Amino acid sequence: MRIVFKTSYDADIRLFKHNAQAFWYLLLFTVAILLPFLVNDFLIGEATLVLIWAICGMGLMMLVGQTGQASLGHAAFMAVGAYSNVIYQINFNMPFLLSFPLSGLTAGVAGALVALPTTRLHGIYLAIATLAISVLTEDIIIILEPITGGIAGIFAPDIQIFGYTFNRYGNPVELYWLVLAITFVVVYAYRNILRSPTGRAFAAVRDSEVSAKAMGVNVARTKMVAFAISCTITGLGGALMGHFATVFTNETFNLIISITLLLIIVVGGLGTIHGAFFGSIVFVMLPLLISVTRDAVGSLTGSGSITIPGLESGIFGAILIGFILFEPMGLYGRWLKIRTYFELFPFYRKDMFRRQKSYLKTERTR
Amino acid sequence: MSLLELTNVTLRFGGLVAVNDVSFNVEEGEVFALVGPNGAGKSTIFNMISRFYTPAEGEIKFEGKSILNWEPHEIPSQGIARTFQNIELFEQASVLQNLLVGRHTHRRSNFLADMVFTPFVRNEERVHREAVEHVIDFLDLQAYRDKMIAGLPYGVRKVVEMGRALAIKPKLLLLDEPASGLSVEETQDVAFWIEDIKKVMGITVLMVEHDMHLVGAVSDRVMALADGRMLAIGTPQEVQNDPAVIEAYLGSDDMSEDGEAA
Repeated sequence: MRIVFKTSYDADIRLFKHNAQAFWYLLLFTVAILLPFLVNDFLIGEATLVLIWAICGMGLMMLVGQTGQASLGHAAFMAVGAYSNVIYQINFNMPFLLSFPLSGLTAGVAGALVALPTTRLHGIYLAIATLAISVLTEDIIIILEPITGGIAGIFAPDIQIFGYTFNRYGNPVELYWLVLAITFVVVYAYRNILRSPTGRAFAAVRDSEVSAKAMGVNVARTKMVAFAISCTITGLGGALMGHFATVFTNETFNLIISITLLLIIVVGGLGTIHGAFFGSIVFVMLPLLISVTRDAVGSLTGSGSITIPGLESGIFGAILIGFILFEPMGLYGRWLKIRTYFELFPFYRKDMFRRQKSYLKTERTR
Repeated sequence: MSLLELTNVTLRFGGLVAVNDVSFNVEEGEVFALVGPNGAGKSTIFNMISRFYTPAEGEIKFEGKSILNWEPHEIPSQGIARTFQNIELFEQASVLQNLLVGRHTHRRSNFLADMVFTPFVRNEERVHREAVEHVIDFLDLQAYRDKMIAGLPYGVRKVVEMGRALAIKPKLLLLDEPASGLSVEETQDVAFWIEDIKKVMGITVLMVEHDMHLVGAVSDRVMALADGRMLAIGTPQEVQNDPAVIEAYLGSDDMSEDGEAA
């Protein structure tokens, strides 16, 4: 375990705790950039998908993991991002460089508007309200058929930046790099929020609203900001997802997607950026793994390839239940434990990460 | 003009009168203690000063201005900080982050600047960090800076909560049972700190406390409450010897040795 010798206040402010940490993240980023030279185009497509899900996941993570507000309707904001991005490009002839940030902004404003009435709600009630918004959004897309294409769906044009084309099938590597760059920017902004007063206000609201108020945090406003930032990030992810899917309809961003996003961040590890990435890797790679296993089993038993309906969601549900029961901190928590085990070897104790029982809480005044 | 003035404050929860026509002033630079049996209305008074509750009748003034129009989150920026009876820290954050939340009222950046982490935000962070370091030095929290609250023992949590309130740099500090659940040594530390908060930092302290030794040691004036009503006000000695106070605690008047029930 590394003990950092701090000599200035900046040691607590900078992004990386020490140079070794900066080195590992730099290495990771370099590998990510060089990935297209290491694997084939199909896997690059999958990697792009992982990054897009991770962006959407980070959006929800900001709300659930950082601010402690549940949302079962984040697919709605993916939809707002995806639709507004394409509509800006087609109906207003905007270039991607303009329509993309604007789509994030649109989703953010939508999120803030939704937050106005719903942030008075707590826990399960907030979850149900956001769930309703997810359902409503699908209907609104159908009602706005003239601009959204309704049930027939809408076609996302290729991304054009300074004459370069980014298409999932035509140039998957370039699209991957573009998504990687956007992911990098989102992660950077996310980290900045975590180390600034905004991030601390989020944590305060998450852990104790009463005492957040007593510390001068405007809880209602903080929740609204959290919704706005969260929905902006998810909206950006949705816009990318729209381009990646090339065609999408009202059903592309349905309730299942909302729940999927929640699964991603819970399985990955609530409250961490790593969690969004771990979760989306699991989510994207699982179908691959299942189909590979199915083929292997099929050839072993000679029964050929059998498709079992609902197998994927069944396995994913089982994984989720497993994580909630045995590893509430998600994959990232597991990773922390493994790392600590080796760092402290042979002094790791089994109950090192056991959570202490929290002490009695003050009666709620709300 | 007193720093804090409560005038004929009454609060009812349905039919229950929690605080009944209570008036008192807290002068600048003193340590004022509220004592009384459970359910006397001490914490309720705290919750009214921090605006979690609104009194049905009466007036609360801070520095001559009524605070009844303020929202709870506006209270700290006016110079009133508080702790809670059952520690209300931010569990999943480090001690440092908890203390830094105490600096929230001094924040001048917005979330957009935070997202970009502009040089302005960075400089602000340094200022906050330094201010918090003074609190850490004052309360001897150096060893716990980067520890998560969730793993800290009870006694340390109490101190962190006091530190978080001090990070606000208030004029008036409300301490809700600062010594409850602490060992004798820890209570001793709290007594020294309260003394220093008053003398070195120049912060006025209003506290609720059951430990009469602590109250006697640090407070300049004491007010005893029972059933939401004021029983006595004066020096710790006077209040402890007040017949009404002794009766409220012990239910009879044949014991005069100590006001504290065992």
